[in-house]
Amino acid sequence: MTEQSYNFAYLDEQTKRMIRRAILKGLAIPGYQVPFASREMPTPYGWGTGGVQVSAATLTPDDTFKVIDQGADDTTNAVSIRRFFERTAGVAVTTKTSEATVIQTRHRIPEEPLTEGQILVYQVPIPEPLRFLEPRETETRKMHALEEYGLMHVKLYEDIARHGHIATSYAYPVKVEERYVMDPSPIPKFDNPKLEMAAIQLFGAGREQRIYAIPPYTGIVSLDFEDHPFEPTKADHPCGLCGAADSYLDEVITDDAGGRMFVCSDTDYCESRRAQGHRGKDAA
Amino acid sequence: MTPLLSVHGLTKRYGAHLGCGDVSFDLFPGEVLGIVGESGSGKSTLLNCLAGHLPPDAGQVIFDTRADGQRDVLTMSEPERRMLGRTDWAFVHQHARDGLRMGVSAGGNVGERLMAVGARNYGDIRDSAIDWLGRVEISETRVDDRPTTFSGGMQQRLQIARNLVTGPRLVFMDEPTGGLDVSVQARLLDLLRGLVRDMGLSAIVVTHDLAVVRLLAHRLMVMKDGHVVEHGLTDQVLDDPQHAYTQLLVSSVLQV
Repeated sequence: MTEQSYNFAYLDEQTKRMIRRAILKGLAIPGYQVPFASREMPTPYGWGTGGVQVSAATLTPDDTFKVIDQGADDTTNAVSIRRFFERTAGVAVTTKTSEATVIQTRHRIPEEPLTEGQILVYQVPIPEPLRFLEPRETETRKMHALEEYGLMHVKLYEDIARHGHIATSYAYPVKVEERYVMDPSPIPKFDNPKLEMAAIQLFGAGREQRIYAIPPYTGIVSLDFEDHPFEPTKADHPCGLCGAADSYLDEVITDDAGGRMFVCSDTDYCESRRAQGHRGKDAA
Repeated sequence: MTPLLSVHGLTKRYGAHLGCGDVSFDLFPGEVLGIVGESGSGKSTLLNCLAGHLPPDAGQVIFDTRADGQRDVLTMSEPERRMLGRTDWAFVHQHARDGLRMGVSAGGNVGERLMAVGARNYGDIRDSAIDWLGRVEISETRVDDRPTTFSGGMQQRLQIARNLVTGPRLVFMDEPTGGLDVSVQARLLDLLRGLVRDMGLSAIVVTHDLAVVRLLAHRLMVMKDGHVVEHGLTDQVLDDPQHAYTQLLVSSVLQV
């Protein structure tokens, strides 16, 4: 039910071509933030306009599209973006990670390992990892160009000095192929080791007008200190619904008397485990 | 002996106005050079040209680098010059706020230069930060406090610690005691004098305070309207000024 008044995937062909050029440049220089002429989208900034533009430039009519928001397929953001491309591109959509060819995500990497031929598109709010330490864009660009990344460790130093350990738990800075320091978008640091994967990863920041990318099998190192090494963390519980002990969990408050349960944030992972007969302690 | 810093014909113009004109001098290891002059005489322009913050219009600034011997700083590539700025050089600003990261703890401020040159062991970085805070008379208990909670004198001392932690050989100071009250100034000067002597630092100190150069500097340059009008040993220049402007400058100091 493509609405004929729109071009395929909403954006016009020239715009998609411009975005594809930025994507290709990003893939050629892993971790480098490529400026692009971000367009006004029919969703507000902060709702994934960067990711939507990258998805629009990436989708073909044969693709199968999946959108997750904090791991879930059924939240407002995920549902509205999925519907947007159903209407404007007419592509097939799915909630199954393994069946999707393009996955747009906000704040998570799916639990199920991605394979070659899949593309993961991230929505990025602030692409510049050095922004909160150095507000001047001219200066941060120079620091990237000259590989002056001492400041990034100052942030980690401050964490340890204040909390006794590296308390940064999301948007944890990584170094790409021993060159660019990159903000992996606000994914939990639990997901950082998964950044080394077989799929193509594209990052789009609409408001900040930047695109960056990680080609398949690119070396990604999370920054740390020798005596305070990087540690991926998660809530120390199994999933209440499917019993998985290896997935990232959301804490859900169930009543006003302190009742709570931990469930997989990746809904597809949780559902497929339950379909295989796994049961957690809170499963009804 | 090779001079640590050798300056030839350094000139900087702001359009038709002359910032500093045809300045030449040699600075030898362990030597402290004072630059005095009234406001607008070009002393800060000169310092900023030397430190690579401003591009001069003409001249050479030759620094005796550890690795390659004498090199013209002005023809170096930017990464090399910035590397020099983090390792062998230090710049102490007049306002500590310009030289510190106000949102980062004292320890982080001192540790930044270490991390910028590749230190990656938290324990070691913290130990040298605490060591350096001690050397500039800041209590170890303040290591995790932000500079915003420090007094003006403490901020200035923190800025000095942050700059000296990588063991630079040349320190540029722009009015290091400006804006501090006299007793704090005296302690800061005392501290600076000790550090310069113990570490064998070379320094270029820009100031309009003759007492500062009397205490710190071995040699003195007097600037007026962008030109050096007199130079020589500090005591010689201050006790027996030859140029009319220097005589005016020396006689303008209120004797108590």
